[in-house]
Amino acid sequence: MENDRDVVLATRGLTRHYRMGEVTIQALRGVDLELHRSELIVMLGASGSGKSTLLNILGGLDRASSGTVHYGDSDLTHASQRQLTTYRRHHVGFVFQFYNLIASLTARENVAMVTDISRDPLTPEAALSRVGLEGRLDHFPSQLSGGEQQRVAIARAIAKRPSLLLCDEPTGALDSHTGIRVLEVIETLNRESDTTMAIITHNAVIGEMADRVIHLRDGRVEGITVPTRRRRASELQW
Amino acid sequence: MTLILAVTMLDALTRAQARFYASHHFAEVFADITRAPLSLVGRLQRLPGVNLIEARVGGPVRLTVSDFTDPVRGQLVSIPDGRQPTLNRLHLLAGQLPMAGREDQVVASDAFAAAHGLVPGDHVEAIIDGRRTRLTLSGIALSPEFLYQAGPTDLVPDYRRYAILWMNQTSLADAYGMEGAFNQLSLTLQAGADREGVIDALDVALARYGGTGARTRHDQPSHRFLEEELDQQRAQATILPTVFLLVSVFLLHVVMTRLIGTQRRQIALLKAFGYRDSELARHYAGLALLIVLLGWALGVGLGAWSARWMAGLYAEYFRFPEMRFPIPLWALGLSLLLAGLSALAGAGRAVWQAVSAPPAEAMRPPAPRRFRRTWLERSPLRHALGSEGRIVLRHLGRQPAKTALSVTGIALSAGLLMMGAWQIEALDRMLDRQYREILRMDIELTFNNPTPQRALGELRHLPGVLVVEPWRRVPATLIHGHRQYRTALLGLEAIPRLRPIVDAAGTARPLPAEGLVLTRYLGEWLGVEVGDLLEVAIMEGHRRHASLPVAALVDEPVGVGAYLRRERLNRLMREGPAIGGAWLLIDADHREALITALDELPAVASIGVMDEAERGVRRYLDETLQVFALVFVSLAGSIAFGVIYNNARISFAERARELATLLVLGYTRAEVSRILLGEIALLGALAILPGWAFGAGFCALLSEGFSSDLFRIPLLFTPRIFGLSALGVILASGLVGLLMLRRLWRLDQVAVLKAPE
Repeated sequence: MENDRDVVLATRGLTRHYRMGEVTIQALRGVDLELHRSELIVMLGASGSGKSTLLNILGGLDRASSGTVHYGDSDLTHASQRQLTTYRRHHVGFVFQFYNLIASLTARENVAMVTDISRDPLTPEAALSRVGLEGRLDHFPSQLSGGEQQRVAIARAIAKRPSLLLCDEPTGALDSHTGIRVLEVIETLNRESDTTMAIITHNAVIGEMADRVIHLRDGRVEGITVPTRRRRASELQW
Repeated sequence: MTLILAVTMLDALTRAQARFYASHHFAEVFADITRAPLSLVGRLQRLPGVNLIEARVGGPVRLTVSDFTDPVRGQLVSIPDGRQPTLNRLHLLAGQLPMAGREDQVVASDAFAAAHGLVPGDHVEAIIDGRRTRLTLSGIALSPEFLYQAGPTDLVPDYRRYAILWMNQTSLADAYGMEGAFNQLSLTLQAGADREGVIDALDVALARYGGTGARTRHDQPSHRFLEEELDQQRAQATILPTVFLLVSVFLLHVVMTRLIGTQRRQIALLKAFGYRDSELARHYAGLALLIVLLGWALGVGLGAWSARWMAGLYAEYFRFPEMRFPIPLWALGLSLLLAGLSALAGAGRAVWQAVSAPPAEAMRPPAPRRFRRTWLERSPLRHALGSEGRIVLRHLGRQPAKTALSVTGIALSAGLLMMGAWQIEALDRMLDRQYREILRMDIELTFNNPTPQRALGELRHLPGVLVVEPWRRVPATLIHGHRQYRTALLGLEAIPRLRPIVDAAGTARPLPAEGLVLTRYLGEWLGVEVGDLLEVAIMEGHRRHASLPVAALVDEPVGVGAYLRRERLNRLMREGPAIGGAWLLIDADHREALITALDELPAVASIGVMDEAERGVRRYLDETLQVFALVFVSLAGSIAFGVIYNNARISFAERARELATLLVLGYTRAEVSRILLGEIALLGALAILPGWAFGAGFCALLSEGFSSDLFRIPLLFTPRIFGLSALGVILASGLVGLLMLRRLWRLDQVAVLKAPE
């Protein structure tokens, strides 16, 4: 197991509750977690387990009700909106279930939206070629398949060379064949860079390609397992 | 609302006019004579077509009201001793008619009495035909003949300086030396009578008594002015609401389409539960109609309220005994029908799109919308664009028809704004021209009778008189082919200084030695050009006919006139160098002393103070047309805001996901706002030029609609007019921009991204 110096992100006693009308929902009930450099983590849990809430807080989209989040030496717990924006801008890549591409921009331009505001980005062409889309640079989202759109989204996320790549159900809207193709891309990128990658999913099979699997249940970490053999994405089946 | 406002007002004025005319027997034909024996009336009564006829005595009067130093002019009109006249009956508001046998009692016009706070029992000093008399007010009344009470040379009423007084016939005839005679005639016609025939017969019968030609209501000053005003109302009631209604209908359509577009998933859900398409269609049609009904009721309420308010302003100029404000049913129906149809059409399209897909499909997020590159990006401009610019351009370029509609909507409202600005600016310019360049005199004196020229010497020696310029005015009918126009020939000096004949460039021109100079509007109306011969029928003295060449046409914004050299007019009248009045330029410091001195001159029939007249005209326009213009400017502004806001709101809703994505990717809200604001700015910018084009068109339409022989609003375009129109769009865009920023700052990026759209 890696030592403390390689910890990219750490949480202590993280809680988060929302008010929905008259009801208070306790989404996180004290999460302690460490993410290490260049590891591939799968966060596994059913609907309502709190995995999305956790991802939002790790990604600087949301703030915890209590507890702490540290990114390297900086404390995200009390960061301002502006500091969170800077954190996302330079350190975090996001991949969503529904891709969230800008429909009016081509694949290249979608990636350029991120490289335009990053400090040391890949070129949009390089990023797209890393996900195998060098031939689709000038296609609009409406001209791409779901899997291709998701790969554009991944290219957009990695183009800034983030320290952390957060993927929220990246295969959720895809058929299994296309989903596995997307996971292969993530796996390759993980192997070739030292970006820490976290995939949240309710699909247990995906856990088989992870360095560690974090099981979430009712807002708590139920357990952390390390697969005996990390399988290749291409070997997965569901 | 504008439709209701305009038609309700028009309707209220028209009905009040008709009701008052009918209930108070407003005459249909009028004639002035120098003097005719009362025995003639019986003979005239037997003319074919004549129904009721009434003869009376009338004439000018000068008044002095205590605590008021300015000269007051007035008109005395006789009524049968102690009772109401048959025609042009008085509507008594206070007091009573003069008692039979009382020589000093008069009924005063309501507006004059109100302006001076006079009540029955009060006194005024009068100079009737050179003799000073003390009159007592027995009552205060309105008359259908003087709904609009402006002095003979005034454009607009000045109630403090112009009065109508009614007096017993015997007393007035006595005062004017008209015992057993009359000098004014009013009559009504039998149903189906030949109006022109009656007028011709009257003219023949009255010619030897100095008749100046019988005239119909059309040439009766009060009726005439009211009609002009109603015509303007008609112009406004047609042009403006049409434009407003079309724009609102367009907006409503778009709003309904969008509103129901957002209900896609609910519609799918209801279909999944087993609702039929027809049931859904009924539901949404009901929703659309409910919204329309609420909006329409609000519009009708506001329209009716503002019509009442506007008509209140007019009531100061047109004295009606009562005014009611029923909203015309057809306007209610029409506005509801149009609003309902446009809402249903918009709703129908959206509902159809939603129900035509199978429920399962409707519940899935829609596929990414198709985009392509715009032509602008193939141009050299592409490097300047940046990502935000591309997003904006492609979004607008994706639905060019919708973009064009939005731009058209904004442009239309910019055009309306421009029209309002033009109305305000052009009216001001028109008055400047009239009072600064054309009417340069300070005081206009009118004599009781044509006077020898030597009277000028006396005027020159009065205190404070700097320049004296004589004039002679003779009523005449100008005839060209089958067109004729009753006006007056105005005889001026060879180079008139106080009332110059000004060409389009603003330079004063000498009067040609021979021939007439006509106002261009009159020339065009008569169909004459420079060099044509015009037949002139003089309506005074020996009533000669002459043929005079048209020597020039001049552009004058107010009134119409025919000008010639005074010596030529004197020759035409076969008289010596007679004058009918004089214009004075005075030293303002001596004004009061001069007016007191003029008051003492028995030969002076009236004293007109020009700056008072100008103030009166400006006040009138400020309170009527300008208020209307302001109302329309604010409505146009709100329409501009409506179009821009609606467009931005839709755009925001369609973009919420993209905007949230950019925020998540690390864009700041300020950076993201560039897309929203860029689109608003681009639409606004695109709309300004066509807006000016629409505006120019609206102005031309309105200028044409307003053109009358009373005045012509010049079709001029100053930078201020263009500027105001653009400013309106910029302000509206800015305000919408702020509202959109507020939305953006409240956007919950996480919630938006989680939803599958």
